[in-house]
Amino acid sequence: MTHLLETAAHPRALRRVAIEPLTRVEGHGKVTLLLDDQNRVHQARLHIVEFRGFEKFIQGRPYWEVPVLVQRLCGICPVSHHLAAGKAVDMLVGARTLTPTAEKLRRLMHMGQLLQSHALHFFHLASPDLLFGFDSEPARRNIVGVIAEHPDLALQGVKLRKYGQEVIKAIAGKRIHGTACIPGGMNKALSEAERDALRRDIGQMVAWSQGAVALCRRVLDASPHAPIFGVFPSNFMSLIRADGALDFYDGGLRARDAQGTLIFDHADYTHYNRHIHEEVKSWSYMKFPFIIALGDEDGWYRVGPLARMNNADFLDTPLAEEERRAFRAAANGGMQHATLAYHWARLIEMLHAAEGIERLLDDPDITGTDLVTKGERALEGVGVIEAPRGTLFHHYKVDENDVVVRANLIVSTTNNNQAMNEAVRTVAASYLDGQRLTEGLLNHIEVAVRAFDPCLSCATHALGRMPLQVELVDAGGQVIDRMVRGADGVIAEGRGAP
Amino acid sequence: MNGRVLLLGCGNPSRGDDALGPTLLTRAGAWLIGRPDLDVRIVEDFQLQVEHALDVADADLVLFIDADASASAPFCLRRTWPSRDNSFTTHELSPEAVLHVARQVTRRDPPPAWVLGVRGEQFELGAPMSVAAHGHLEVAWDELLELLDDPRASAWDARAAGW
Repeated sequence: MTHLLETAAHPRALRRVAIEPLTRVEGHGKVTLLLDDQNRVHQARLHIVEFRGFEKFIQGRPYWEVPVLVQRLCGICPVSHHLAAGKAVDMLVGARTLTPTAEKLRRLMHMGQLLQSHALHFFHLASPDLLFGFDSEPARRNIVGVIAEHPDLALQGVKLRKYGQEVIKAIAGKRIHGTACIPGGMNKALSEAERDALRRDIGQMVAWSQGAVALCRRVLDASPHAPIFGVFPSNFMSLIRADGALDFYDGGLRARDAQGTLIFDHADYTHYNRHIHEEVKSWSYMKFPFIIALGDEDGWYRVGPLARMNNADFLDTPLAEEERRAFRAAANGGMQHATLAYHWARLIEMLHAAEGIERLLDDPDITGTDLVTKGERALEGVGVIEAPRGTLFHHYKVDENDVVVRANLIVSTTNNNQAMNEAVRTVAASYLDGQRLTEGLLNHIEVAVRAFDPCLSCATHALGRMPLQVELVDAGGQVIDRMVRGADGVIAEGRGAP
Repeated sequence: MNGRVLLLGCGNPSRGDDALGPTLLTRAGAWLIGRPDLDVRIVEDFQLQVEHALDVADADLVLFIDADASASAPFCLRRTWPSRDNSFTTHELSPEAVLHVARQVTRRDPPPAWVLGVRGEQFELGAPMSVAAHGHLEVAWDELLELLDDPRASAWDARAAGW
């Protein structure tokens, strides 16, 4: 699978289209499209101001602080970092197997995070594109537009989100900055009153999730874009349970190629660096992981809902499993490669999470009080989970004083880095005419990137917003076209060459 | 008669001046222990999200508290209203969009709301609050006490008019 991102012999001679920042995508992104003499898209570079300073932030801290500390790495998925770090720290205290209650509480918390994250993405970020179309006016293509025209749907989204947060709060004690995971287990039991409160609404959450999957299928079935938009072959990687079921919390690593052939399976994630390697490129802060067996040219892969749905042999909840079968049948049993299929897969996972929450709340172990275990101390720990956006790696080494001396994190968006570039290139190649920037092109690129639900940066969110800027620069460095979309969503005056 | 006040603050305590919001909320929480006559609810998060619309809908007065890189030092206090937010948000909403979502999902007007935006300068991961932000924090804290001491819309409007 040769990618077309790095093939130009003289990239400096290519015309460039710069788009920054991406909207409804966390952090600041910038897209540069490099055109050839025939104005065809030859390269795509998605520049991301990635999480920087992670390692520095963690190193020098005692290991038991880390699960709490890492929640502050990201305001979008703090629970994912908390759980991955918790698993890594378990290894440091020799807790290779948690008590049944502790593991189930972590799984419940994780399901709550997945539910609220996927609900946010579908109802808030993606549904405007899907319901109104990529070319509709910007004012409609946001959550406010959805609410105006689909008030019941929007309320469901808000309440699903809220419910997921309530699950997290019940387990961690608070909505953010919780201390649920501690080395070797959990800090707090779930009371019967807390469990019963969550039980009251879970049936409704399952029903709404089921409705969301059906809605997404209807929208994609009716969309002329869905079968052709951003379709490209890739490898896929995710965790998998020993019996082949989808598992968000634990398991071995499975990777398949574009045809579905296994590259590795049930690989011990504590030795992840025997299977994947991170490449550095001069033009990006973000690394480019690849499967070592395939090499850096062909070894890039996708993670997240699409990868998980392609990789899993089955889902162990009945409603979601029925939807998974339909998902796979739509690809004739093969691998789904369409970018927009991410949305469908994401909602199947939301349904799976809702069913999983319901099952865990009915499990007698969930209100148990045996929460912590430990074993022989170790100086190195690796924790891997399937975060909402994909596989998340936390790897720590500590010294004899229990201080973290080395940390390596591979976040989901980094795993998808090359794939997002490929999505941008594929879409831009189809929709850029090479003569003039259009708002439609911006929209299409954003839709492609947004399908991955990238979490590009951090929890910094100070009031004030950045506009969307697009520049077309010729081979001589001259800006020949420019678009600025202001914070109000309006294309600003000054359209065209400066 | 005092109404139900919601202090809805955002920020990441580990990102420099982004800690302004959480720090003010922590102080307010401690101060309110001595003021049981006030009905004040505190909600803290990393950033504003759609579910906060439900928190807003349960209040009579809302004060959004946040670090603000564009505010004049030391802070700005302004009244805000529901607005269709066309700003292509990231994984967050503006205060105006939260109010708008509250109106849409509850089908009634949200309570009156104000924004206390405290000037922040730097937001790097792992950085402490800047010296300047510490100064802004103290002035903003005095303002917050004044607001909490008289939690009426007319009083808050009068104070906002001074900014």
